[in-house]
Amino acid sequence: MALLEVNNIHTYYGNIHALKGVSLKVEEGEIVCLIGGNGAGKTTTLRTISGALRPREGNIVFMGEDLAKYKPHQIVQKGIAMVPEGRRIFARMTVMENLEMGAYIRKDKQKVAEDLEWVFELLPRLKERRRQVGGTLSGGEQQMLATARALMARPRLLLMDEPSMGLAPVLVEAIFDTIVKINKEGTTILLVEQNALMALSVANRGYVLETGNIVMEDTGEALKKNPRVQKAYLGME
Amino acid sequence: MQNKYTDWKQALRSGLLGGVIVVVLSLIGIVAAFINTYVIHDVISLGELLILGPVMALSLTAIRKATNKQPGFLLLTAAISGLASGLVILALAGLGQVINLRAMFLNASPDLYAIYAYQQAPIPGLLLRLLVCVIVSLLTAGFTLLPARIKTALGQGLLYIVVIGLMGRLITMMLSNWGFVAILFQWMFAANSLSLIGAIVLFLLTAGLAYWRYGRPKVKRITDPKKQKVVRWGTLAGLGVILIFLPNILGLWFSEILDNVGLFILMGLGLNIVVGFAGLLDLGYVAFYAIGAYTIGVLTSPELGFFNWTFWQAFPVALLMAFISGLLLGLPILKMRGDYLAIVTLGFGEIIRILVLSDWLKPWLGGTQGIQRIQRPVIGIEGVWTRTLTSQQDLYYLILAGIIVVAFVAIRLRDSRLGRTWMALREDEDVAVAMGINHVATKLTAFAMGALFSGIGGTLFAAKIGSIYPSSFQFLVSINILSLIIVGGMGSIPGVFVGALALIGLPELLREFAEYRYLFYGAALVAMMLTKPEGLWPEARHRLELHEEATPPPEAEAEPATENA
Repeated sequence: MALLEVNNIHTYYGNIHALKGVSLKVEEGEIVCLIGGNGAGKTTTLRTISGALRPREGNIVFMGEDLAKYKPHQIVQKGIAMVPEGRRIFARMTVMENLEMGAYIRKDKQKVAEDLEWVFELLPRLKERRRQVGGTLSGGEQQMLATARALMARPRLLLMDEPSMGLAPVLVEAIFDTIVKINKEGTTILLVEQNALMALSVANRGYVLETGNIVMEDTGEALKKNPRVQKAYLGME
Repeated sequence: MQNKYTDWKQALRSGLLGGVIVVVLSLIGIVAAFINTYVIHDVISLGELLILGPVMALSLTAIRKATNKQPGFLLLTAAISGLASGLVILALAGLGQVINLRAMFLNASPDLYAIYAYQQAPIPGLLLRLLVCVIVSLLTAGFTLLPARIKTALGQGLLYIVVIGLMGRLITMMLSNWGFVAILFQWMFAANSLSLIGAIVLFLLTAGLAYWRYGRPKVKRITDPKKQKVVRWGTLAGLGVILIFLPNILGLWFSEILDNVGLFILMGLGLNIVVGFAGLLDLGYVAFYAIGAYTIGVLTSPELGFFNWTFWQAFPVALLMAFISGLLLGLPILKMRGDYLAIVTLGFGEIIRILVLSDWLKPWLGGTQGIQRIQRPVIGIEGVWTRTLTSQQDLYYLILAGIIVVAFVAIRLRDSRLGRTWMALREDEDVAVAMGINHVATKLTAFAMGALFSGIGGTLFAAKIGSIYPSSFQFLVSINILSLIIVGGMGSIPGVFVGALALIGLPELLREFAEYRYLFYGAALVAMMLTKPEGLWPEARHRLELHEEATPPPEAEAEPATENA
């Protein structure tokens, strides 16, 4: 059984039919990426999984359980954490406070302290800045903080929405290195990216989303070599 | 000599501006209104100060902006500025003689011109005025040329004279409570202002003190943590003693002001939770104040005759009512944010006011006549010692106790897990939910706690006034509370105290300015927000953020990502 199964979901914004039957699967331990152009429905898919939006049709099954009956904050408790698009850290709270908020749902203080050390090891820059107010961090550091904050929930599945957005190429690489590291340490990742090349390079499998439909599904490597993908998303002729 | 001309042009411009300010102040009527409000009795009045003040201030600007800093040039610059100001003032007087300005400006009266001319015949009087303008500007220039130490001393001395002189009436009133002490100070004041001797002594004292203190190290910073603790507790104890004796020191009139400030602190602490911590803009906050007050009224007033409870029996019920109504208001607006939320809460506040005003509920709530003869709180043990709290001084202690409890709870809430949750919700609601925060419960607790604190304010208000009317619960009260939070510093608990003192206390102290009170008050508010936009006592993290923004971190990484093709 897959960790996450999205079965034929239809999501609407009012009358706008944003997702027209999206189905995908994420197996335990994988990095799965979702690529597609602007307005294809990538973020909508993630938001539907995290419970911020409700599908009108179809269902989402996580660890064998239908998520329809849970509220967004309960879905976090089930083990799905999100790194939102555009980072959206708590700008007026310190790095430490941001991380503490990430561990909000957890009661085991001992483990939380251990995880804090783990996160600091993973992203040492944050340790240096832990007393600083989030809003004063640089763009790259804010992305690290947003990622670390989601990790503090100790999720089974980490949803990442455009982690490379607005970052310089050097930092994009650093972020993707971190993603691979997080995955190696045992967190399953569903990644949404505009930067298709990087995303497909790290992903085990990928889905291509176009106007609310999944149009392709393959391993990351295979998609990278697919001529249609190369033309539309990798800018190759 | 390019420089010289630009300097002089600058001086001329400053001078003209100074003159225009004086003319505007005159036409508003402030100058004439305060010509008999003396700062130093029979020597200088507030009205005269309002003429000379702008002239001097703009001369100072001209001197500051001058590029040529030679003393001679600076004196000349100041003289030009002063002359220009004087000429503008003269122009108004002259124009007033030729055409009838009163048709448009009621205050452009012969009285005003007489003030300009020092009550002399027009020609010599106005020339004297011109001369005085130039002289005060020259004095200003001379002042800037003095060594820093003397400058500080003189400045301090003059500042104290103006402040103490203006507050003369309040100070003499306060002194009247002190018996023999009052006699000791009597010579300093004359007819609500400083006497000449008083002014001289005050000047010598304050200027001398400033001169002596200049350049000396400020109070040494205590680094030893043990001593720090002693000092902290000492300050706290000192503050406590002062707070306990404050109503006796200040007298009845000031106690009433203190009570008002106290009630607003209570409500401010509550609204600070809703707006400052949780970021929910609530414009109908006065509703909970009304609910607290009316519950006490209905339950205790023998006039209505339903319950005839004592204050303390009604008190918990009133708090419960406020708390529940906070929850009830919270429910329909859970999904709203920002401006929508503000409008709905505003509507809620008005609904409550209109309900208590309505004929429909008149048998229960009294309608426009309100509720009279509300029971005063009684403290002590029946049969041993009891005291009914009726005077403003008595109620001060009750309000003080309320503030201490509420402030303590507010501080604990801020540092609690719940407080963090509120803050996260304020920063980003979507993300907060994505962290697993139950935003329904979090918002409702914020509203309910805020309502509870306001309810406490309402009960004490009912106890203080003894009778309540719908007109006490106007929309303006909500705005005042919101303003005091903004002035004090959003989300800051000490800011609430400072804000309430500034916003509620200040207009009372400005009574000296009679009908122009709110003009000065408004000007003070604008000045405050321009100079300290983050509030008078901002929350530490907010200050940190603003401070760090002044030196932004290297933003090299934040370029837009290039497409990796």
